[in-house]
Amino acid sequence: MSILLDKNTRVIIQGITGKMARFHTKDMLDYGTNVVGGVVPGKCGDTVEGLPVFDTVEEAVAATGAEASLVFVPPPFAADSIMEAADAGVRYCVCITDGIPAQDMIRVKRYMYRYPKERRMILTGPNCAGTISPGKALLGIMPGHIYLQGNVGIVGRSGTLGYEAASQLKERGIGVSTSVGIGGDPINGSSFKDILQRFEEDEDTHVIALIGEIGGPQEAEAAEYIRDHITKPVVAYVAGLTAPKGRTMGHAGAIISAFGESASEKVEILSAAGVTVAENPAVIGETIARVMEAA
Amino acid sequence: MDIHEYQAKEILDGFGVTVPDGALAYSPEQAAYRARELGGERWVVKAQVHAGGRGKAGGVKVCSSDTEIHDASEAMFGMKLVTHQTGPEGKGVYRVYVEAAVPIEREIYLGFVLDRTTQRVMIVASAEGGMEIEDISADKPDSIVRAVVEPAVGLREFQCRQIAFKLGVEAGLVQQMVRTLQGCYRAFTELDATMVEVNPLVITEDHRVIALDAKMTFDDNALFRHPQIAELRDKSQEDPRESRAADRGLNYVGLDGNIGCIVNGAGLAMATMDTIKLAGGEPANFLDIGGGATPERVAKAFRLVLSDKSVQAILVNIFAGINRCDWVAEGVVQALKEVEVDVPVIVRLAGTNVEEGQKILAKSGLPIIRAKTLNEAAERAVGAWRNDLSQGVVVREPGAQEKALRAVS
Repeated sequence: MSILLDKNTRVIIQGITGKMARFHTKDMLDYGTNVVGGVVPGKCGDTVEGLPVFDTVEEAVAATGAEASLVFVPPPFAADSIMEAADAGVRYCVCITDGIPAQDMIRVKRYMYRYPKERRMILTGPNCAGTISPGKALLGIMPGHIYLQGNVGIVGRSGTLGYEAASQLKERGIGVSTSVGIGGDPINGSSFKDILQRFEEDEDTHVIALIGEIGGPQEAEAAEYIRDHITKPVVAYVAGLTAPKGRTMGHAGAIISAFGESASEKVEILSAAGVTVAENPAVIGETIARVMEAA
Repeated sequence: MDIHEYQAKEILDGFGVTVPDGALAYSPEQAAYRARELGGERWVVKAQVHAGGRGKAGGVKVCSSDTEIHDASEAMFGMKLVTHQTGPEGKGVYRVYVEAAVPIEREIYLGFVLDRTTQRVMIVASAEGGMEIEDISADKPDSIVRAVVEPAVGLREFQCRQIAFKLGVEAGLVQQMVRTLQGCYRAFTELDATMVEVNPLVITEDHRVIALDAKMTFDDNALFRHPQIAELRDKSQEDPRESRAADRGLNYVGLDGNIGCIVNGAGLAMATMDTIKLAGGEPANFLDIGGGATPERVAKAFRLVLSDKSVQAILVNIFAGINRCDWVAEGVVQALKEVEVDVPVIVRLAGTNVEEGQKILAKSGLPIIRAKTLNEAAERAVGAWRNDLSQGVVVREPGAQEKALRAVS
């Protein structure tokens, strides 16, 4: 097992005819992802990598039975595309787009709450690298070959820092059950807590790695959740020890504006909740290996 | 993006929020003239900089004559105003705002923010106006009133009344409070702000509710749909290094250290800075060149990092995911041939085709210090920088790079 995504998950790509989307569609197909089509308004009848393109998500879902979607739509239109997926009955949506206005995301979140919990779409991102269940499927832009299949569940905000962690694990022969990017934006689809809950329930995940950064309350919220509900060992790293207060560090959400939002405060809060913290990004893999041996 | 107080007041005025009469001036003479135009007997001269805490720093003066206004603004122009929000280098004053003074009875704090816990717009208010919100939450946390706005229906009148009554505003002024709160909220949502702060919002002796100060920050990601807001950008208030970076589409934040960083991805960039610090150095900047590290972007990044004269070593850390290390290495080599780099350069490549990438760096004949891991890269960068220092080479000099290379290898 894995979470959110496996070999059979039928995937559509929203904005499939863009240059970046075409490239990654091919990459995902090569990895073995069950991509079944794409959506671009006005391009119905076109094909990309032999896959049919539809005008609307509704049509794509009706024709292909798609359960998951990947959004590559440019920032001004991305929020609308996410809502379209939610409306069409897509179960899981990953939004790669970076630069969506925060208030658009407020509307997206509000819109998703129209649906009762059992029918509500799960969204991860925006501004993330995607989700991968190694050896099964890849829904995003990460390089599949740096992940081995295994039992570490990874959840993180940053793309390349997540790659760093995965490759440190690979060097040690340690594999990953699923790696989920929740993205660097201040308002995101899923929080650390949402994903932790899924890893706790997943029997293939034995150890969880949480890769956070400065800004926002989600690491502290995760710490509380780990203390009260997670029985599996959790290893964490929080980036931005050297980040000054009040400055946005690349990710729109990476800004320290309140107590508990700096890296050192987050490290303290996570440690207090029983999380093993890797004090430096170079030892993430080593720390996970140590925790796995002890477990 | 931040804007000036007078611009925020103009915007809020357009949304029905009452602001004092005021006028902008670019010289002391103009300031005095503006005051005569405004009329009255007392005025406030306020330095226009993108930072709070101006009062304590000498950026706000109450005046009662032309001469006082002239002298007060003369002292402000050309000054670098240093407040707790500007950093030690301060912010230049090139405009002052002259306002008719209002008779204050009480001061209220009012802020609108994007609350990340509820993922909605939150109103934060306090009867302790005039203090910074950080101080209010530290000293008088019980005075803070909060309300979260349901995005589907917007800020309701009952919520505004609730806030007004909790703040102890007298019944006769509640309607004015409702208009002020709703005006701020509409400005916030319609213009894609991420922060609106009115501190203080005052109740005057003649029973008016007036925004005495105003600060607005806008969502950079939404500026595409508000060209009139984008035009308010004032480069004189930005770190020149960051303005240059923004104009080149790079994500850069200037810091105080000596080791320049060029990294792909924001999280990895922060992690690289952390590793430098742990190795005993200080990062000179945050720089995310984005996922696809093309040769052009790498070259731009080198020029940008080198424009900071305190940089004494550069650490390049690229995790090639989708692109390939050999390709990134070509980019680094090409950039180093194009840009004159007079400090040690440490390159750490990881990911796809890493061996080929290392070979290209080695074969280039350029004095590049190579590293395999993040730790090694940070240690070598700090080592190279230290070595410079120990030889008394505080300022860059020709050959520093080769010298550092010899010392490390």
